Amino acid sequence: MQFWIIQGLNSLSLGGLLFLLSSGFSLIFGLMRLANLTHGAFFMLGTYFAAVALRSFEGLNIWITALGVGVTVAAMGGLFERLVLRRLRANPLGQVLVTLGMSFIISDACLMMWGGDSIPVPTPRNLQAPTRLFGFVFPTYRLVLVGCAIAAAVVLYLLLERTRLGAMIRAGVDDSQMARAVGIRVSNLFTMVFALGAGIAGAAGVLGGPILSAYPGLDADMLPLALIVVILGGIGSLPGAFVGSFIIGTIYTFGTALFPELAYIILFLPMIFVIAFRPQGLFGRVIA
Amino acid sequence: MKWLATIVIVASFALPPFFAGDFYINLASQILIASIFALSLNLLVGFGGMTSLGHASYLGIAAYVSALLTSRYGFGHGAAAMLSLSATVVMAALFGLIALRASGLGFLMITLALSQVLWGLAYRMSGVTNGDNGVAGLTRPAPFGIPLETPASFYWFVLFIAVLSFLMMAIFVSSAFGSSLRGVRDQPRRMAALGFNPWLIRWITFVYAGFWGGISGLLYVYYHKYIHPSALSITSSAEALLGVIAGGSGTLGGPVVGAAVVLLLKNFASAYVERWNMLLGFVFLFIVLVMPAGIVPGVEKLTARFRGKRS
Amino acid sequence: MNASRSDHALELLSLKKTFGGLTVTHNVSLSVSPGERRLIIGPNGAGKTTLFNQISGDLRPNSGVVRLFGRDVTQLPPYRRAHLGLSRTYQIITLFSGDTLEHNIMLGMLGLRPSRWQMCRPLSFYGDLATEAHRMLDTVGLLHLAGRPISDVAYGEKRRVELAMALAQKPRLLLLDEPLAGLSNAERSTVKSLITSIPREITIIMIEHDMDTALELAETVTLLDYGRVIVDGERDAVIADERTREVYLGT
Repeated sequence: MQFWIIQGLNSLSLGGLLFLLSSGFSLIFGLMRLANLTHGAFFMLGTYFAAVALRSFEGLNIWITALGVGVTVAAMGGLFERLVLRRLRANPLGQVLVTLGMSFIISDACLMMWGGDSIPVPTPRNLQAPTRLFGFVFPTYRLVLVGCAIAAAVVLYLLLERTRLGAMIRAGVDDSQMARAVGIRVSNLFTMVFALGAGIAGAAGVLGGPILSAYPGLDADMLPLALIVVILGGIGSLPGAFVGSFIIGTIYTFGTALFPELAYIILFLPMIFVIAFRPQGLFGRVIA
Repeated sequence: MKWLATIVIVASFALPPFFAGDFYINLASQILIASIFALSLNLLVGFGGMTSLGHASYLGIAAYVSALLTSRYGFGHGAAAMLSLSATVVMAALFGLIALRASGLGFLMITLALSQVLWGLAYRMSGVTNGDNGVAGLTRPAPFGIPLETPASFYWFVLFIAVLSFLMMAIFVSSAFGSSLRGVRDQPRRMAALGFNPWLIRWITFVYAGFWGGISGLLYVYYHKYIHPSALSITSSAEALLGVIAGGSGTLGGPVVGAAVVLLLKNFASAYVERWNMLLGFVFLFIVLVMPAGIVPGVEKLTARFRGKRS
Repeated sequence: MNASRSDHALELLSLKKTFGGLTVTHNVSLSVSPGERRLIIGPNGAGKTTLFNQISGDLRPNSGVVRLFGRDVTQLPPYRRAHLGLSRTYQIITLFSGDTLEHNIMLGMLGLRPSRWQMCRPLSFYGDLATEAHRMLDTVGLLHLAGRPISDVAYGEKRRVELAMALAQKPRLLLLDEPLAGLSNAERSTVKSLITSIPREITIIMIEHDMDTALELAETVTLLDYGRVIVDGERDAVIADERTREVYLGT
C-alpha cells in the first residue's frame, strides 16, 4: 500500500512539474505558433541556478530562489525573443531551428560550467521531515510541490481569464490578425508571453531541483515529456496541459517503478492513441 | 560548364585513397555516410516539405539491429543487413502513420517525440542494448569475400553505396512520383483536387527516406564497429537537418555539401575545442540568420550574378 | 443500384455546413443535369465557395448528401472525386509557380493516370502527356509560353492556365470558381469564348460575379443568400424573379 501511495504522490509531483514546464510551452505555441525547443534548456538552467544558489547560500529560501531564477530566466527568454526570434517571424522552420540551436548552446554551457556530475539540490530544511497523514508517511516536499503546481494552474487560469493581458493573449491565440486589427501590439505581447513561459520553466526547474538534481541531459529528459504532454493535451490549451501533465506524470512514474525498461514505450502509448483518434489532442481545437 | 563541374566533383571523390593518409580517407568515408543520411532526410525536408527532427531513428534502428544480430545472435552480415533494413522500413511505416496525422510544426514535434522515445529506450533497455555502454566489438562485412578492414577498401565500399544511393534518390525526386511529391509540398489541396492522394504520397516518401536512413545506419555501424544511444539522439537528427539546411534543402548537391561541412567542422573543431554541441548551436543560429537558403543555392546565386556581369 | 438517379450529373440533398455557430450552408438541395451550364450567384458571403468546396470534397458537410453521377460521394476524399470525373478551378490562383506552364498541365493530367506512382521515369519523358499538354495550351492560346515558368506570366494568362489544367483532365463535371475575376475586358472575352467552346459532354457549374458575361454563358441559375437557395431555375425566370431583385437591391 505504501508503494502505491508514494508512487501516486511521485506521479502527482512529476505531473505538477510537467504542468509548469508544458503550460509555458503550450502558451507560446498557441500564441506564436512557435515550437520552442529551448524550453527544456530553460528548465535545466533553473535547476542549475538553484543548485548553485542553494548550495552557496546556506539557509536561502527556495521560494525566493524560484522567484529570482524565474525572473532571471524570463529576462533571458525575453532577450532571446527580441534579438533573435523576432527577426524570423515569417519563418517558422527557422524559428524552430534557432530554438534548437539555443538549447544546444545552453546545455553545453551548463556542462562547461558545472561539469558532468549530477549536483543535488538540497531540500528546504523545514520540509525535510516527512508528513504523517491517515497513517501514511509522505515526503513533505513533494506534497508541497503538488500544491504549488495547482496554485500555479489557478494563477495562470486567472491571468488568462480575468486580466487584460490574459484577454489579449486569448485574442491573439484565437486570431492573431484580428488581435492586430483591434490594436493589440502583438509583438510586445509575444515577448511577454515568451518571457513568461521561459520564466515559469526556469522556476519549475528550481522547484524540481530537490527531486531531480541538476545533471547534464536533464533538458533532453524533460523536453520530450513536455512535447508528449502538449501533443496529448492539445497544443495551446491550458486545461489540456494540466490533464496531460498528470496523465504523463502518472504513467512515467509507475512505468519506471514497475517496468523500468519499458517505461518509455508505455509513455508512448497514450500519445499514439490520441494522435490516431483525436489528432488535435484531448482539449485541442481544430485549427481551420 | 555545370557538367564539367559535376564531373570534377564526382572524380574528386575517387581521389582520397590514392593521395590521402588514413585519417583523411576515414574522414571521407564518414562524410559519404553523413551525405547519404542527409540526402535521405532531404527527401522529407526539401522535396516533401516535411521537416522531421527524428530522422536519427532510422539510422539508429538499422545500426542497432545489425549490431545486435551480428554480435549477439550469430547472424551473418548479409542476413543481418536484410533484417535490419526490414525493421527500419517497418518502423518508418509505423512512425509515418503516426507523424503524418499532423503537418508542419505538429509533424516536427511528433517526429522529435518519437525519436526521443527510441533514444530513451536505447538507454534504458540495457538488457537488450547494453545501455550507456553501447554495443562494441562489432565486425565489418566482407562482401564477396573482400575484407573491408583497411580505410581504403572501406572507402571504396562506401563510395559505391553512396553513388548508388545518390543515383536512386536523384531518380526518385525527378520521377513522375517526385513531381507529385513537390506538388503536394507546394499545393496539397490543389493536388488532391487533381486526383493525387497527398497522404499516401507523403507516407511512401517517409518510408523511402527511412529506408535510405537505414542504409546510412548500416554503413555507420560498419564504420565505427560500435553503436551508442547517442546515434539516436536529437543531436544526431539535428546534425543531419543542419547539413540539409546549410547545404540547401530541396537540391541534390546541397545535403552532400552541408553534411561535409558539418562533419569537417565537427572533426576540426574537436581538435581545438571540446564544445561541439555549443558550436553546433551557434552554426544553427548563423545559418538560419545569415544564410537561410543554404550554401549551394547561395553559391549558385553568386555565380549567376558573376556570369551576368561578364556577359 | 441508384440507376434511376444517374440522370443527374450532380445532386445535392439538404447539405448543411456550420463553422462554429455560423451556418454557412443551410439545407442546400439542387440537381444539375448532364451538359447543363449552371451559374451560382449570390452576394459576398452567401456561401458559394463553401458550397463548391463541399462538392469537390475539400470540406465535409455536417449533414446531407453529395451525389456525383448517381454515386454517393459524401464521404469520399477530393482525389477520389477527381477520379470520378470532377475537376475544378480556384478563385485564388494556386498553380505551381516555379514550374513551367507545360509542367503544370502535365501534372494535372498525371493525377488521373496510374503513372503518377512511377518512381523511375521523369514526367518530362511522357511524350503523350506533353503532346496533349501542348494541344491544351494551344486551345487556350498559350502555346508560345509553354516553356516559361508560371511566375513569369501575367495574371490573365494564369487564369487561362487554370482553365487548361482543369480541361486537360477531361472532366465530366467542371466547377469554375470565378474564372473571370480580375481580368481585363479583352481577356474576359477570350475566356468567355473559351468557356463557350467547351463541349457539351462536360457539365459546367460556375460561380461568377460578373453578371453580364456570366449570364450569357449560363442556362440555369441558382441564387444563394446566407447559405440558402433562394431561387433556382431557368436563367430568365431567375432574373425576372422578385426575390432575386430583393437580394441584390435589398428591398
